[in-house]
Amino acid sequence: MNAVSQASPSAGQGARIVTIDVLRYRPEQESTPSWQSYAVPCCEEWTVLDALNHIKDHLDGSLSYRWSCHMAVCGSCGMMVNGNPTLSCKAFMRDLPDRISIAPLANLGVIRDLVVQQNRLLDGLLAVKSWLIPRELPPRDDQYRQTPAQLAKYRPLTMCINCMLCYAACPQVALNEGYVGPAALALAQRYNLDSRDGGALERMQTTASDDGVWECTFIGECSEVCPKHVDPAGAIQQMKLASSLQWLAQRAPGGSSS
Amino acid sequence: MNAKVHYPTLPGNWWLKRPSYLRYMLRELTCIAIGAFAILLVFALLRLGQGAEAWQAFRAALATPLAIAWQLVALVFALYHSVTWFALAPRTMLLQIGTRRVPAGWIAGAHYLSWVVLSAIVLVLSGA
Amino acid sequence: MSLSNKPIVWLPFAAGGMLAALLVPALMLVLLLDALQLLPPGSLDYPRVVAFVSHPLARVVCVGVIALLLWHAAHRLRMTVQDIGVRSHGARQVAARLCYGAATLASVALIWAVVVL
Repeated sequence: MNAVSQASPSAGQGARIVTIDVLRYRPEQESTPSWQSYAVPCCEEWTVLDALNHIKDHLDGSLSYRWSCHMAVCGSCGMMVNGNPTLSCKAFMRDLPDRISIAPLANLGVIRDLVVQQNRLLDGLLAVKSWLIPRELPPRDDQYRQTPAQLAKYRPLTMCINCMLCYAACPQVALNEGYVGPAALALAQRYNLDSRDGGALERMQTTASDDGVWECTFIGECSEVCPKHVDPAGAIQQMKLASSLQWLAQRAPGGSSS
Repeated sequence: MNAKVHYPTLPGNWWLKRPSYLRYMLRELTCIAIGAFAILLVFALLRLGQGAEAWQAFRAALATPLAIAWQLVALVFALYHSVTWFALAPRTMLLQIGTRRVPAGWIAGAHYLSWVVLSAIVLVLSGA
Repeated sequence: MSLSNKPIVWLPFAAGGMLAALLVPALMLVLLLDALQLLPPGSLDYPRVVAFVSHPLARVVCVGVIALLLWHAAHRLRMTVQDIGVRSHGARQVAARLCYGAATLASVALIWAVVVL
């Protein structure tokens, strides 16, 4: 896919030259990633994504990276900018110094240049059953009804754009290969808290397993970097509490054991 | 197409690489101060059971300069545990009134209030 | 994936952490003030302390609180060992057994100490 062509700014038009170091990886010619530097003339209103598009259009067409909406809703353009998990379309060049580094999202397998494997999240979503498991069918000739209060309970968790910045921020993702990760757990909780849903116990098979919430030590960095303020860390702690109380309830006299 | 995927390794000193990671590690290391203090309390009870002389010796051992220095450091870590715990506790519970979430500050505030009350009780009971 | 038994360690960890946050600074302060001789004379003298702690309710509270503090510290230490880079499954198991084992030993000593008071 070709990057959208932009008029190349010149220094005379007030463009600032920024040196961008990109951690590249071309598996056909190298065994480990290597840095490559570009001198990019940047316009005042540019984002990091615009700078990358300039590189691809005018300096080096071989640079590979994901992007789409350019407005922080599709979740495609996540990468490390100066060591911080960032959406490149959301980071403005005017907020950054004259030399910046861009690297692929941390903790994830690098396919090529800035393109990373997304299976940690996608497999995680399957494992936690991130879909509605209805408690009951909607009433005949009607639909599910939900009060504003019921919606407010889980609405922040619906804002996840699957950008995986949280996976790059979480050391446990790197330290524990089986950990399903912050976004997958947040999305499990999104359905657990939905009043139409009856699948919390079913999801606990994964969320309460050794690859689920118990790998989290509440570092909290996932919530810090989330561009949509989903607060996966909070969701995970709530699930720890719910899982523990459920565990107790199953073992209390009269409780069911699953 | 089976091009070789590069899997990055997390360096052993990852927690030194970001201020927030360092604060996290310091928070986790408070467990050493808490655990050591709990063991100290067990010792206190053991000495108490051995009679007045043993108890006095225990108190005297805590009064050496080295012991006082450790207690000061441990107190700082214990305070850091409290402050971080009260900051995190509100996020563990989802409390809602109508469509609004109860502000985290209220929940943290309730914790701090309990902290003050309980600390006062401990100090009063000990005669301070 | 089977349900983890982690809740059995997490609930005491959370309870111990709450108790640690609420009680430990004040308790530490009391002992520190005593070491610095800043408490009113006689506050922590043997007769007064032993009378207070010997009460059946006090014994139960001591065991409950201190055991939870021990457990909280053991669990947090165990997780931290993992954080600082112990990666192999075998080594992690050893770390877990050492941490929880130490807490268990200390708890046994605690119960014994309180019983013989």
